[in-house]
Amino acid sequence: MKALMFGWEFPPHILGGLGTASYGLTRGMAQQEDLEIAFVLPKPWGDEDQSFLRIIGANSVPVPGRGCIEFSGRYPDNLVEEIGNYEAVAREIAWREDFDVIHSHDWLTYPAGIAAKYIKHKPLVIHVHATDFDRSRGNVNPTVYSIERRGMDEADHIMCVSNLTRQTVIEKYGQHPDKVSTVHNAVEPLAHPEDFVKHKRKDKIVTFLGRITMQKGPEYFVEAAAKVLEKTDGVRFVMAGSGDMMAKMIDLVAQRGIADKFHFPGFMRGKQVQDILADSDVYIMPSVSEPFGISPLEAMQVGCPSIISHQSGCAEILQHAIKTDYWDIDAMADAIYAIIKYPAMYKSLHELGQEEVNNIRWYDAGLKVRAVYDRVCGRR
Amino acid sequence: MKNICFCFQMHVPYRMKRYRFFDIGQDHYYYDDMATEEYLTWLVETSYLPLMRTIQEMIKLSKGRFHCGISVTGATLELFEQYCPEMIDQLKELCATKSVELLATPFSYSLAGEFDERELENQLEQTSNITNELFGVRPTVVWNTELLYTDELAALLHKAGYKGIMTEGAKHILSWKSANYVYQSAGDPKMKVLARNAALSDELSFHFSDPGWYNYPMDAEKYANQLNALPEGENLINIWLGAETFGVRQQAGSGIFDFLRALPYYALEREMGFVTPSEAIRKAAVTTDVISSPYALTWAGEAKDLSIFAGNDLQQEAIQKLYAVAERVKMCQDKRLKSDWARLQDANYLHQMNHIDQGLTQYESAYDAFINYMNILADFLQLVDEQYPTTIENEELNSLLKTINNQEKEIAQLQGEVRKLKAKKK
Repeated sequence: MKALMFGWEFPPHILGGLGTASYGLTRGMAQQEDLEIAFVLPKPWGDEDQSFLRIIGANSVPVPGRGCIEFSGRYPDNLVEEIGNYEAVAREIAWREDFDVIHSHDWLTYPAGIAAKYIKHKPLVIHVHATDFDRSRGNVNPTVYSIERRGMDEADHIMCVSNLTRQTVIEKYGQHPDKVSTVHNAVEPLAHPEDFVKHKRKDKIVTFLGRITMQKGPEYFVEAAAKVLEKTDGVRFVMAGSGDMMAKMIDLVAQRGIADKFHFPGFMRGKQVQDILADSDVYIMPSVSEPFGISPLEAMQVGCPSIISHQSGCAEILQHAIKTDYWDIDAMADAIYAIIKYPAMYKSLHELGQEEVNNIRWYDAGLKVRAVYDRVCGRR
Repeated sequence: MKNICFCFQMHVPYRMKRYRFFDIGQDHYYYDDMATEEYLTWLVETSYLPLMRTIQEMIKLSKGRFHCGISVTGATLELFEQYCPEMIDQLKELCATKSVELLATPFSYSLAGEFDERELENQLEQTSNITNELFGVRPTVVWNTELLYTDELAALLHKAGYKGIMTEGAKHILSWKSANYVYQSAGDPKMKVLARNAALSDELSFHFSDPGWYNYPMDAEKYANQLNALPEGENLINIWLGAETFGVRQQAGSGIFDFLRALPYYALEREMGFVTPSEAIRKAAVTTDVISSPYALTWAGEAKDLSIFAGNDLQQEAIQKLYAVAERVKMCQDKRLKSDWARLQDANYLHQMNHIDQGLTQYESAYDAFINYMNILADFLQLVDEQYPTTIENEELNSLLKTINNQEKEIAQLQGEVRKLKAKKK
C-alpha cells in the first residue's frame, strides 16, 4: 500500500509538536513492510531523515504557468496564501505520483489533500493534531474554521489524537461519530537514556515548558507556585519557553512576591529540553486545552514526574501522572508539594511513569492508522 | 453430622475530607462526617439492617437452631451508635437469642497484626470493651482484619486469652488438606485455627447473580445439597462473607435474602446443623493437623497476602511513617491523638493507594489518595511531635515521663503528710 502524506513540519526543523508527531508516526508506520510513504513538505531543508520514507519538496515541483513556488515552511502572516500555493502544488504531485490513500496532517494541508483526492479519486484521511478551538479558547477564526470544516466534510475518515479532540470534531464540526476515530500519539524511545542524569542540588525544581500562551495556562502555574512557596522553602520554579503572555507572567510573578524563586530561562530546543526535564523534580503542564500534549511523555521518559491537566489528551492514556483540572490551583499545588515532600511519590512516578511511557509505541499507533487505511480502501 | 458456620463481617471506614498541604498545622479535624454518614446510612439500609433482620427471622423459623458469627469493628459500632442506633438495637436482640456470637476484631480495621502486635491486642480489647458495654459479651475467637494470620500472631493471641483464630483457607497453605476441619496453629498447638471455605463462600459473594456462572441460578436446596455432598468426615463448612455481599454486591433483587432465609430449612432437612466459631472449636473432634503460615495470610486478592495493602512504595511509606510514632502515641495521654492514630490505621486507606485495585474510594487515583492521606498524616505527626519532640529518644522520653508521673505522686504524698501534720498541730 502506498500513502501520500501532506505535512507542514518535519524534524530536525520543527516549530511545534506537529513535526515531532509526523516523524514518530511515519517512522512507526514504516515498520510495516508493505507500506510505502511519500511525505510532502512545503520546504525541506535537505537534512531530514529519509531512511524510511521519501520526502517531496513542494518548492521543487513546478506548477504550469508559475514554475516552482517559494515556501517559507513556517507560519507566516500570509499563511492562507501559502496554503493556497501548497494546494496548487498538491495537484501537480497527485498527477505525477502513484498512491492508494491520501493522509493530511492538520488544517494547513487539508486543501492539498482534497485537491489530490479529486484528481486521482483516492480516499482521503485527515489527521487532526489540533483544532482552532484548542488554540483560541473558543474564539475561533472563521477562515481557519472554514478550512478545517471543509477538510473534515470531504474526508473519508478523520483521525484525532485524543478522545477529547474527537469530541470537539463531532460536536463543533458536526461530524458523524462513525467517521471519527482516535489514534493516540506515542513517543520515540530514547537512544541513550543513560545520558540524562539528575544532578544533586539543594533546591527542588518544578518546570513548565512550552509556549507561554493562553492555551498552555501559564498563569495557573504561577498561582500554584505562589501557594507552594507560601508554605515551604527549598523549591524553585522554572518557566521555560517564550510567547505572548511572557511579560504578563513576569509581572504576575513580581506581584505575588516570588520572583526570587521563579525563573524564566527563555526558549529552549533539542537536547536542552531533555536536559532540563531530566534535571527537574516535577514537570507541569496546566494546559487549558491540549489536543494531545507530547511533552509530559518526554518528561516521563527521562524519569521526571508529571502533573497534567484533565483537559489534555494525553491524560487519557497515562496512569502514572498526576491529573488535575487546569483551574484547580489548590490540587496542583498539593500535587507539587507531595512530589517534593513525600519520597515515595517521586519514586513511584519516576519509576512507574518511565515504564509506562516506554510501553507507548508509535508502532501500535501506526497499526491503528493502517486499519483505517484498509477500511477506506475497501480492503477490509 | 455436618455443621455450617456462617459468619458476616461489617466495617465502615471514616471518609477522609479533602485535606490540602496548606491545611497542615491549621486544621486538625480530618473527617468528612457528612459523607461518612451518608455512606453509612445507605449501607445500613440496603445491606446491614436487612441482613440482620433476615438472620433474626432465620433463628426464629429454625427454632433457634440457626447459629452464626458476626464480626463488627469497634469503630463501626461507634458509628452505629451515632448515626444508626437501630443497628445497635437489632444487634442487641440478636445477641439476646444466644444464637449469635460476636467475634474479636481490631477496633479500627487496622493491620496492626503485621506492623505492631501490641497495638493489635490493644485494639481487640477496645472492641471487646465496647461489645461488653453494649451487649454484655466479650469475644473469644479472633477475626483479624482481612482474616490476617501468622503463626506468631496465633501464639501471641493465645497468650492474651483467645481460644481461636479465623483465617483464609488458602490453597498454598492448606495444600492437600481441606478447609473443613478445625486445625491447630503451628505457633501454639493450643490455639485453634478455623479456615474459610473460599470456594463455597465465593459462590455467594461473587457468583450468585452471574448468569454466566455454571451453577446459575443458585437456590437454597441446590446449595444445601452441595454442602451435604462434601466427603464423609469433613464436618465443618465455614461460609464467611462480608455483610455487604447481601444487598450491595448481590442486590436484593437477585433473591439473595430469600436464598439465605430458606437455607436453614433445607440444611436441617438434610440433618446438617449450624454453629458459631466457638461452638465449632468446642464440638469438633480434635485433629492433630497443623496449619502453618510464617508470613501474612489474608483473604485479600489473588495472592491472599498483604500485597494489596502494602505492596507498593506509596503504601510502604505511609505505613512506615504511621507506625514510626507508635511508641509515642502509646505514651501520651491525649485521647484525641490516640483515637486519630487508630483511625488512620484503617486498611481501607492503604487499599486506596493501590494502583490496580483501589477498593472503595473517592479518589481518582492511587496518587490522589496518597497525597490526601500523607497531608493528614503530616499534620498528625506534627501534633505528636508537639507533645514529644522527635529530638528525644524513645527510651529517654520514657524515663522522663516516669519521673514526671512519679513526681506528681510524690508531691501528692508529701502534701498529704503536710495536711496531716497541720491537722495534728491544731
